Amino acid sequence: MSILQVRDLNVVLSGLSILQGVSFDVAPTGVTVLLGRNGVGKTTTLRAILGLAPGIGSVTFDGADILGRRTHELVQKGLGYVPEDRCVFAGLTVAENLRLAERTKNSAYELVFELFPELKKRASQRAGSLSGGQQQMLALGRVLLTENRLLLVDEPTKGLAPKVVTEVADALARVAVRVPILLVEQNLAVVRRLAGDAVVLAAGQVAWTGGASELLSDHDLTKSLLGVGSHS
Amino acid sequence: MSTVVLLAVTGLGLSALYFLIASGLSLVFGLADVLNFAHGWFLTVGAYAAYWATPKVGFAGGVVAGVLAGAGVAALVELVMIRPLYKRTIAQVLVTVGLSLAGVALFQALFSPDARIFPSPKWTQQVVGFLGARVPVKSLLLIAGAVVVLAALLAFLRWTRYGLIIRAGVENREMVTALGIDVRKAFTLVFAIGGAAAGLAGALGGVYFESVSPTGGASLLIFAFIVVVIGGMGSITGSAVAAVAVGLLQQFVNYYGSAGAGDVCAVALLAIVLLTRRQARQA
Ligand SMILES: Nc1ncnc2c1ncn2[C@@H]1O[C@H](COP(=O)(O)OP(=O)(O)OP(=O)(O)O)[C@@H](O)[C@H]1O
Ligand SMILES: [Mg+2]
Repeated sequence: MSILQVRDLNVVLSGLSILQGVSFDVAPTGVTVLLGRNGVGKTTTLRAILGLAPGIGSVTFDGADILGRRTHELVQKGLGYVPEDRCVFAGLTVAENLRLAERTKNSAYELVFELFPELKKRASQRAGSLSGGQQQMLALGRVLLTENRLLLVDEPTKGLAPKVVTEVADALARVAVRVPILLVEQNLAVVRRLAGDAVVLAAGQVAWTGGASELLSDHDLTKSLLGVGSHS
Repeated sequence: MSTVVLLAVTGLGLSALYFLIASGLSLVFGLADVLNFAHGWFLTVGAYAAYWATPKVGFAGGVVAGVLAGAGVAALVELVMIRPLYKRTIAQVLVTVGLSLAGVALFQALFSPDARIFPSPKWTQQVVGFLGARVPVKSLLLIAGAVVVLAALLAFLRWTRYGLIIRAGVENREMVTALGIDVRKAFTLVFAIGGAAAGLAGALGGVYFESVSPTGGASLLIFAFIVVVIGGMGSITGSAVAAVAVGLLQQFVNYYGSAGAGDVCAVALLAIVLLTRRQARQA
C-alpha cells in the first residue's frame, strides 16, 4: 500500500498546460525520487499535491482524497514541505523560524539540533544572513520539528558545496528511516545513495518508473531521460 | 523659538493621527495584499462611536467605544466582504471603495451631512507650557496615543505567536500556510487591530478637530496612504518615521509658506521617495 497515490494529475498555469495526466505512487517507507530535466514540472507536481498549485485529477494521501484541500490542513495532517528555494523567513531569527513551525508542545528540538548543531549555535542570527547550506538546514529542521507522515523535499542540495551536500544527504538518510520522503533531486550521487523508487517526468508526463538503482545502472537510459550520464 | 516648538508639537500631533491610520493600512496591505479604501471609514465609525458614547459614559469611555467600534466593524468587513474575494484584487478594491462611499452616506443619513461638534472635555482644549512655548493639550494627547499604539504594536509583533505569524506572512504568506498555519485567521486579526487604531484616531481626531463629520476619515486616508507608501508596506516603524516626516513637513510649510502648500509638499515628498527608491533599485 502506498502512502501517496497521484492519478491523472493535470495542472494549468497562466493558460499553459504544465502537467498532463501524471500518475505515480510513493512507497510507504524510504525515499521515492522524482527526476527529470529542468522545467519538466517536478516542483509543480509537489505544489499541486500540497494545494499550492491548482490541480485536476486525484491525489490520495493515507487513503483520503486531498486534491483541492487547503494547504495548511494538509500540512497539519502530516504532509511536510521543504520548498525548492528554501523559503526561510529572512527577517526572522533562526529560533523564530523554528518556533513558527511548532505545532505541539513537544516539538522535536533534540532531533533537529542533533542533526544540525549549527542551528542551535545560530539561534539568534537572522535567517537572511545564513549561508545557503545553513538555510537549507533550517528549512529541513523546520519540518522535522513536527510529526510527519510524508515529506515533500524539493532539490535540497541545489547550489550547495560538496561537503554540505553530504551533510544534507546524511540528514535525509536518517530521516528516511522513520518518515517516507518524496524527493526531487538532480544530484545523481545523492539519488544513488538515498532512493528506492524513481519516477521520471518528461514534458509534464511520467516517462519512466522503476527502481532508482535500475535506472542509474543503465547509462543510456539515464542519459536519454535526464540528459546526463549516470557515472559522472 | 517658541513658534518652532509649537509647530513641531502640532505637526507631530498630525503625524500621530496619520500614524494611527497608516499602521493598520500598512499591516493589512503587507500581510493580506488588500488595498483597503474603506480604512478611513473605520476612523469615521470610531469618531461617531466616541461622539455618541462620550456624553453617556465620559470621555475615556467614549475613546474605548471608538476603539471597540473600529475594531469590530473592521473585523466584520474582513469576514463578510473581503474574505470571499481573496486573490481577486480588482474586486476587493471595488468593494472597499464602494463601502467607503456607502459608509459616508450612512453617516449622513444617520446624523447629518454637516460636521457635529465633538463633546471634548475642557482640559483637552487648553494649552500648556512646553519648552518655552504654549502648546495645545489635544496635540500632546494624540502624540501620547500614537506612541502607546506604536509600542503596543511593536511588542505584539515581537513577542506573540500571532505577531510572529504576521511578520512571517508579510515576507512570504504561502510559506506560512506550508508550515500548517491558517494565515487567514491572522488576516481578521490584523483588520481588527488596524480598525482599533483607526477608531482611536477617530476619537482623538474628534478632540483634535473639535468636530466629527461623515467625510472625516476619507480625507485623512489620502495622507495615510502617502505615509504607508513612503514608510514601506507592512513596516510599522517605517510608517512611524514617514508619519513624522509628513506631519512636520506639512505643518512647517503651511506656516512659513502659504496655507495648502504643505499638502503639495507631502505629495512631492512621496514622489521623491518613489523616484530615488527606483533609482536605488536600478543601480
Ligand atoms: N506560475 C506559472 N505560470 C506559467 N508557467 C509556469 C508557472 N510556474 C511554472 N511554470 C512553468 O512550468 C514548467 C514546470 O516548472 P517547474 O518549476 O515545475 O519545473 P521543475 O521540473 O521543478 O524545474 P527545475 O528542475 O528547474 O526546478 C516550467 O516550464 C515553468 O516555466
Ligand atoms: Mg523545480
